[in-house]
Amino acid sequence: MIKTNRINDLLLDRKWILFFVLMVILFLAPVFLSDFRLNLLAKYLVYAIIALGLDLIWGYGGMLSLGQGVFFGLGAYCMAMYLKLGSAGGELPDFMAWSGLTELPWFWKPFQYAWIAVGASVIIPALVATIIGFIIFRSRVHGVYFAILTQALALVVTILLIGQQPYTGGTNGITNFSTIFGFSLADSSAQIILYFITVICLGLVYLFCHWLTESSFGRILIAIRDAEDRIRFCGYNPVTFKVFIFAISAGLAGLAGALFVPQVGIISPAMIGIVPSIEMVIWVAVGGRGTLFGAILGALIVNGCKSYLSESFPDAWLYFLGILYVAVILLVPEGIIGLTKKFFIKRTASISTDSFFLHMRNFLGPFKVFKR
Amino acid sequence: MEVFLLQVFNGLSVSSILLLTALGLAITFGLMNVINMAHGELIMTGSYVTYVVQMFFLKHIAGNFDLYYPVALILSFFVTAFIGFLLERSLIRFLYERPLDTLLATWGVGMIFQQIARDIFGAPNLEVRTPHWLKGGVEIMAGLQLPYNRLFIIILAIFCLIGVYFYMYHTASGCRMRAVMQNRSMASCLGISIAKVDAYTFALGSGLAGIAGCALCLLGPIGPSLGTYYIVDAFMVVVLGGVGKLVGIIISSGVVGGLNTAFEFGSTATMGKVLALIMVILFLRWKPSGLISLKVRALD
Repeated sequence: MIKTNRINDLLLDRKWILFFVLMVILFLAPVFLSDFRLNLLAKYLVYAIIALGLDLIWGYGGMLSLGQGVFFGLGAYCMAMYLKLGSAGGELPDFMAWSGLTELPWFWKPFQYAWIAVGASVIIPALVATIIGFIIFRSRVHGVYFAILTQALALVVTILLIGQQPYTGGTNGITNFSTIFGFSLADSSAQIILYFITVICLGLVYLFCHWLTESSFGRILIAIRDAEDRIRFCGYNPVTFKVFIFAISAGLAGLAGALFVPQVGIISPAMIGIVPSIEMVIWVAVGGRGTLFGAILGALIVNGCKSYLSESFPDAWLYFLGILYVAVILLVPEGIIGLTKKFFIKRTASISTDSFFLHMRNFLGPFKVFKR
Repeated sequence: MEVFLLQVFNGLSVSSILLLTALGLAITFGLMNVINMAHGELIMTGSYVTYVVQMFFLKHIAGNFDLYYPVALILSFFVTAFIGFLLERSLIRFLYERPLDTLLATWGVGMIFQQIARDIFGAPNLEVRTPHWLKGGVEIMAGLQLPYNRLFIIILAIFCLIGVYFYMYHTASGCRMRAVMQNRSMASCLGISIAKVDAYTFALGSGLAGIAGCALCLLGPIGPSLGTYYIVDAFMVVVLGGVGKLVGIIISSGVVGGLNTAFEFGSTATMGKVLALIMVILFLRWKPSGLISLKVRALD
C-alpha cells in the first residue's frame, strides 16, 4: 500500500506542476504566436472545456453522451443571439429581415442584455440536460441506449435549427458579429483578451472538475459507472447523481459555446450536429477517458492534428484522422495519458526505495529475514 | 379517400425503406451488440456498387441494360458482405468486450469509407438510372398512382425479411448463429466455431446494408454521405423494436414510418421527422427495452 500511495503523491505533485507550467505557457502564448495561430489555440482551448465536461459524464460517470454538441450549440446560440443583436444595433438581424419577419421574436428579446446572454448560455443547456436526463435516466436507460437517444437528440435539434430559418438563421447559422460588450471584435486586443478569458475559464473548469472528481461525489460517480446496481442497493439514488453530472457537463459545454462564438465568429447547425458530437467523444478517447488531463490533451492533440493534417495533406487528411481514431481505440483504449501513466509507474516502481525493500523481502522471503 | 390511401401508401413506403436500412443493423447491433456506425457507409457502398454495375452495363451490354438492376442487387449484397467480413476479422472482433468502443472505432472506419468514395467517385452526387421496368406506376384509381419503384422497395423489404427469417430459423447455420448470439460460451462448448459464426453474422448484416443501398438508388441521387442520413433513423428503429428479436423491427419500422408520414401530413417534412423522433424518445422512457424484448433475469 505504501508503494502506491507514494506513487500517487508523486503523480499528484507532477500533476500540479504540470498544471502550473501549462497555465504559464498558455498565458505567454500571445507573445510568440501570430493572431491566426492564437485564434486557433483559443478554439482548441474552448474544445478542451467541452472535453472536460464530456469526460465527467463519460470517463467518470460511464454515460456516453453523443449529444454534447447540442449543449455546446445551445450555449453558442445564446451568445450569438446577443452578439447579433449588438451588431444589428437596435434593428432586426439581417437574416430575419430576409425571411420576412417584421418584429423580433419574443425569445430573442432578453438576449439584448449581455449578462442575461452569458448566464443563459450556461444555465439553459444545464436546464435542458436536467429535463432530458430526468426523462432518460428515470427509466433506467443506460449504456448504448443512452448514447443512441442522445444522438437522436442531436439530430432533432439540428433539424429544428435548420428548419426554423427565420428564427435561427437556418443552415447558415448566425454570423457577422461586430462588437462584444461595446468593444470591436475585429480588434486584435479584444481577441487577446478573449483568449485570456478562455485560458482562465479552462483553468477554473479544470480546478472545479478536479475538486468534483476528488470529492465523495466523484467516488460515487465512479461507483455508478462500475456497478450501478450495487450503488442502488447501498441506498443511493443513482438517478440524482446521473442527472446532476449530465447537467454539469451540459453547462460546461454551454460555457464553451459562449466562449467559442465571439472568437470564431460563427455558429451553424453543422458545428453542433451528430458529427461534431462524436468528434468530441473522440477527443476524450484519444486523450484518455477518466483522467481530466487526458481530456484536455486529447482535445488539443486531435484538433492540432486535424489542423496540421488538413493544411499539409488536404486530400488525405481524413484517412489519417480515421486511422488515428481506429488505432487509438483498438491499441490504446486508455488513451495517451494511459500510455504515459503505465510507462511512468513502471519506471518509478523500479527505482523507488519501497519497491527495493519489497523486492528484497520477496527475494529473501524464504530466509525470513524481515519479520513483518 | 384518395388522399388517405396515398398517405397509407406513403407510410408503407417510408416504413419499407426504414426496414431495409435497419434490417442489417438489427443483426449487427441487435444480435451482436456491435454499435456499427459504419452501417451507413456500408449502405453507401451498396449504392456505389449499383452505380458501377450500371456503368458497366451501359458501356458493354447496353442492349440488356434493364438487366443491370438484379445483377446489382446481388453484387451489392456480396461486395458489402465481403467488406463486412473483412471489417469484422480485422477490427471488430477485438472489441466485443467493449461495445461503446465499437461505436468510436466504426465511426473512424466510416470516415475512411466516405473519403474513399469521395476520392474514387468524386464529391458531387451521382445519378443512377432507374431501369425501364421500374418506371411509371400502377394506377389504382383516378388521381392515385402508385410508383413502381416504391412498390418494388416494399416487396424487396418483405423479401429480405422472409429471407433473413428463413435463414435464421430454418437452416443449420442460422441455428448456430442464434446459439452463439444467445450463449457464446455454451455454443463454443458444443463445438461451434464462434469466430466463424461472428464473421458470417456480421457479413450478413453488412450485406443487407448493401441491398438497402441498392434500393436507395431508385429513390434519388447517391453521394458519399448518403449513409449518414439513414444511420440515426436505423438505430432508432432497432432500439424501438427491441434488441435481440427481429419481429420488433417490423413493428417499429411500421410505427416510425407511419408516424413520420402522419406528422408530415399535418405539418412540414422536417417537423414530421422531429415529432416522430420525439415520440420514439418518449416511448422509450416508458418502455426502455423496446417493443419486443427478450426477457432475461440477468442484472447487467
